[in-house]
Amino acid sequence: MNQEELFSGMTQAIIDGDRDRATGLAAEAVQAGLDPVQVIDRGYVPGIDKVGELWEQGDYFLPELIASAEAMKGAMSVLEPALARGRLEAHTAGKVVIGTVEGDIHDIGKNLVAAMLQASGFEVFDLGADVKLERFIDQAEAVGADFICASALLTTTMNNQKKLVGLLRERGIRDKYRVLVGGAPASRKWAEEAGADGYAENAVAAVKLARSLAGPAAGTAGKDA
Amino acid sequence: MIATKRPKLELLDRGFIEKIVEEGLSLLERVGVFVENREALRLLDAAGAGQDGDTGRVRMKGDLVRRCLSSTPPEVTLYDRAGRASFRVGGDEVHFDPGSAALVLLDHGTQQERKPVTADLVDFYKLVETLGNIHFQSTGLISSDVPPEVSDCYRLYVGLLLSAKPFVTGTFMVEGFAPMRDFLTAVRGGPEELARKPLAIFDACPSPPLKWSNLNAQSLIDAARAGIPSELISMGMTGATSPATIAGTLVQHTAENISGLVICQLAKAGAPVIFGGSPSSFDMRKGTTPMGAVETMMIDAAYAQIGKHLGLPTHAYMGLSDAKTVDAQAGFETALGAALAALAGVNVVSGPGMLDFEKSQSLEKLVIDDEICGMVYRLLDGIAQRDEPIALDMFAGLKPGFSFLPLPHTRQWYRKEHTRPVLADRDTYEAWVSAGRTSIVDKASGDVSRRIQSYAPAPLPDSVRKDLEKTMAGFVRSQGLGPLPKLDV
Repeated sequence: MNQEELFSGMTQAIIDGDRDRATGLAAEAVQAGLDPVQVIDRGYVPGIDKVGELWEQGDYFLPELIASAEAMKGAMSVLEPALARGRLEAHTAGKVVIGTVEGDIHDIGKNLVAAMLQASGFEVFDLGADVKLERFIDQAEAVGADFICASALLTTTMNNQKKLVGLLRERGIRDKYRVLVGGAPASRKWAEEAGADGYAENAVAAVKLARSLAGPAAGTAGKDA
Repeated sequence: MIATKRPKLELLDRGFIEKIVEEGLSLLERVGVFVENREALRLLDAAGAGQDGDTGRVRMKGDLVRRCLSSTPPEVTLYDRAGRASFRVGGDEVHFDPGSAALVLLDHGTQQERKPVTADLVDFYKLVETLGNIHFQSTGLISSDVPPEVSDCYRLYVGLLLSAKPFVTGTFMVEGFAPMRDFLTAVRGGPEELARKPLAIFDACPSPPLKWSNLNAQSLIDAARAGIPSELISMGMTGATSPATIAGTLVQHTAENISGLVICQLAKAGAPVIFGGSPSSFDMRKGTTPMGAVETMMIDAAYAQIGKHLGLPTHAYMGLSDAKTVDAQAGFETALGAALAALAGVNVVSGPGMLDFEKSQSLEKLVIDDEICGMVYRLLDGIAQRDEPIALDMFAGLKPGFSFLPLPHTRQWYRKEHTRPVLADRDTYEAWVSAGRTSIVDKASGDVSRRIQSYAPAPLPDSVRKDLEKTMAGFVRSQGLGPLPKLDV
């Protein structure tokens, strides 16, 4: 298999949601001494981009998204040690701290967003569900995050998204982060009201939004993609 | 005379039911369930179903399950507040109750969803009292003007003051159970009387897949000991929290519900249990849980058949819609669900009034749905042979221009054989235009106001009212909260 064939096989493995194949091809690439950064950029990322397109066209549904994100994780589990050995860094689209706000245990949607962001090259720190607002901030400070993503499925807990923004303001670090909100009761209008930087209605839209906002934060409050 | 057939829907044949039940029991025996409640774990452990140290799961052997199934009564009889009218929950009897615990109310005036307050809850109860085809009340709205710590029992408190019908309800917090039980006991005059004449059903939901949370397991135990029927509400979402196949979801549903039944029976052998549920065909695009999906209704009708096969009373969330307003979708999803539920012989059908995935209640939809339920009851009455011969003799005087309108036979039977809608439009086009082109929702809105106006409270002894007030006030104080808004009922 030449390099181009290998890359297109990787792309296809992600599109097919074939974790075994995605992982196997990553191992082949490492064995052949290929540059892992190039493998990610030319082999795997085009696959996840195509998956996003297929979702938007209405061909792909949640099970396909999850399978593709899982295949990506499988490949990265092989490529990350290779990156570390070569003291290389993958092109990261940004660091994301994500979780479902306190009082809310729903995490299906949040997990999907986390998986798709990770598959699309973001470094994701998933805090889980029922996360205390302070923890979002502490974690973001600790890892130097670019994004804080807060999910809420209940109308009774969505106010915590607004409180999170308030808490960042109180600490005087609101402009260090882009805050994105999501979940069933959230909306673009709610994002504005909560003082967040954006809202996305599904995992694919969240990747687009995050990509469009990537780059140094500069107090973009109220704007959305 | 030919006996009237009760129309019936059966989606599964006997062999398929037996296979599903067998796999459900194997699931309990080989995999087991998570139980996050200490008392339930103690009861299970004492019955030989100890928690596995490695997996944390509790496996239930076939003989324990069979013993618990055989100690569960095959039916439950609910009684109204006065303890007079009785409602059989078993066999193929069908009772509708409004979909419960709505977080929002669709306000007819503004056509916006808003948070309900106590005044809305009062209107809701008054309206349901006037609806003849809705046999049970449900604690249908969550009042946003009382603290969340007391919102579960507050719904029942207001309901018992206003309504004579039996209730379908449930707890939001472990602490909420005691005052709710005390309300019911106060109405009946003592714990034995309450156990003998149940007034309310308590819902308890396993968390799919295969888990009983602390709150819900405790509700099962507490209700069993008080003789309050527990409704087991398994709610797998196909392909997300239960298998994607309908049959696979039925296996999990069976296992989850039976594990709840075991907890009830271990708390008190002979405790009344209803085999219910709120599963859904998970939407793989939107990530939502459509109650109006035909596959959701198929799961419901099928698990009801399984419940019957196990010799248990049944319940389902049917006769509701995912539409956001009272529109055509609201009508067809509700009507299809209500009809299928009734044909499947589901004993307690929770749904009327509900929109937006069990989130929203609409008073206008509630009266429209009452009419749907009326049609469904007529359907269940089936087709009777009234005469012998059936009709042959009636044609004796046949000549040109012959009509059945003047016949005494017509006057004798038309009212018994045919129902008349209150809201559905049967005008000619011209009559509809000259009456102002009124939609069914506008008519329903007028009907809501008239019905609420016409509400006449059934008598409630002063001593019971005082007991209810005292219990509510005591619970509020025990939670460290100030007095509740003044209730003018």
